[in-house]
Amino acid sequence: MRLNQFSKNAATGFEHGLSSEITPQAVYAQRRDWLKQIAAGAAGLSMSAWASREAFAQVSNAAVVRAGKLAPLTGAVSRVSGANTMEKITAYTDATSYNNFYEFGTDKSDPAKYAHTLQTQPWSVEVEGLVKKPGRFDLDALLKLSPMEERIYRLRCVEGWSMVVPWVGYSLAELIKRVEPLGSAKYVEFITQADPKTMPGVRSRVLDWPYVEGLRLDEAMHPLTLLSFGMYGEVLPNQNGAPVRLVVPWKYGFKSAKSLVKIRFVEKQPINSWGRSAPQEYGFYSNVNPNVDHPRWSQATERRIGEDGLFAKKRKTLMFNGYEAQVGQLYAGMDLSKLY
Amino acid sequence: MFNASLRHALQHRGAKPVLWLLCLMPFMWLVWGAVNDTLGANPAEYLIRATGDWTLRLLCVTLAVTPVRVMLGLPELAKFRRMLGLFTYFYVVLHALSYCGFDMGFEWGDVLADIAKRPFILVGFSAFVLLTPLALTSFNRAIRWLGAQRWQWLHRLVYVVAVLAVLHFFWMRAGKSNFAEVFVYASVLSVLLLFRLRGVIRSRRG
Repeated sequence: MRLNQFSKNAATGFEHGLSSEITPQAVYAQRRDWLKQIAAGAAGLSMSAWASREAFAQVSNAAVVRAGKLAPLTGAVSRVSGANTMEKITAYTDATSYNNFYEFGTDKSDPAKYAHTLQTQPWSVEVEGLVKKPGRFDLDALLKLSPMEERIYRLRCVEGWSMVVPWVGYSLAELIKRVEPLGSAKYVEFITQADPKTMPGVRSRVLDWPYVEGLRLDEAMHPLTLLSFGMYGEVLPNQNGAPVRLVVPWKYGFKSAKSLVKIRFVEKQPINSWGRSAPQEYGFYSNVNPNVDHPRWSQATERRIGEDGLFAKKRKTLMFNGYEAQVGQLYAGMDLSKLY
Repeated sequence: MFNASLRHALQHRGAKPVLWLLCLMPFMWLVWGAVNDTLGANPAEYLIRATGDWTLRLLCVTLAVTPVRVMLGLPELAKFRRMLGLFTYFYVVLHALSYCGFDMGFEWGDVLADIAKRPFILVGFSAFVLLTPLALTSFNRAIRWLGAQRWQWLHRLVYVVAVLAVLHFFWMRAGKSNFAEVFVYASVLSVLLLFRLRGVIRSRRG
């Protein structure tokens, strides 16, 4: 509840200041440090996250520190409910060196090592299937299709770890509205790049390539479902799914398909790659749910990367990854232990 | 010539301390990494996996001592076997402690529930339990108490442990369908086990 209130403030209260009012990075970085120190000494974790974000409110999401590695891509603070979590943002180095992207290998350090070969220019996304206006969208056209927003989302991996990532993009709904789905379109299928020449993992047979994901149309239309082009105020690094990917914050990370090349509107529920590979372990919905365990481990808790120290207890996983207020109604009346 | 100088080196007073230090190096390296935060984004996961890896590696090395000793004619190797076995146990204890501590927060109720619920954990836990009496009876007096034959039978449990350890590793990797490393350990341990079976069959015939 309390988090919700804060995100409401964030959604309505933040204004872009004049450039003269913007706090220089050195100053806010310093302020961040002493705020952290105060917080460590006195207040609880939630208070410290609140205090540090409040202090930057006048400069939009100044808590997002650019890594300065790639081309900048900034967005206005999103007004979508739930799109600005107050939690501490994961370090850029952690978010870009520890993730799953099997097209580059199964180890979580592989994407950062091998994704430099990915060709992101030229790039286009084909939209096809049950829509009135199918077509091929060049990356430039996609970038201009709707204003960029910055959204700070929790990311919960099915493996039991989590991060907080500032993405840049806009609601997938913006693209969907433009292509005008037919009444018969019930699901959206996302097909990703699979080029054995530039993606060494595609030569192995750990999954059927290309990697495919899917959403129900109402899930895809939900304002929190993000078509993302950047993170940390810059374009996406290759290892995180450049140049365009999906981010669905209330579902396990593997639902957020990377390096999209095709979006297809269909009538029947698509079979996603992990569902095909291990249907008893990974369902179509894969909503974050602390009450439904993975067959080989518990989903009740998670380790927040870079924050929960070695001896800290893992934190409790939240229903729908903490986005229950926003997305709970999508699943009203469904047995989530069966439709996991 | 080579054999003679190798035997000479193995007989050296310093050989055991050197091996002891070598076996301790992975541990020291992990402690250094944990303290200096060089184990990547998820040090807890890194420590759990690395201690498991080193348990498997030392298990292979321990089991290789006798075959290598016989095939290369290096009787001196026998005196290193106990130390290697005990280091295997040292790393499996670290592995179990890392899991209980870093993954389960030393909530013993949760640990027991996890062992009961997940076959993959149960298999690993069984391997650890079965290795315990071997570590406890590794000193000379224990051999005398038990009698050489009973002691040897007890210590053949190590082959059961090896099979369980590989199964545990296989299950852990099954989620990612990534079996390359599992295959390496399984092959090494199979070859070592076959060597022993060959010996048993020959001695029966004789």
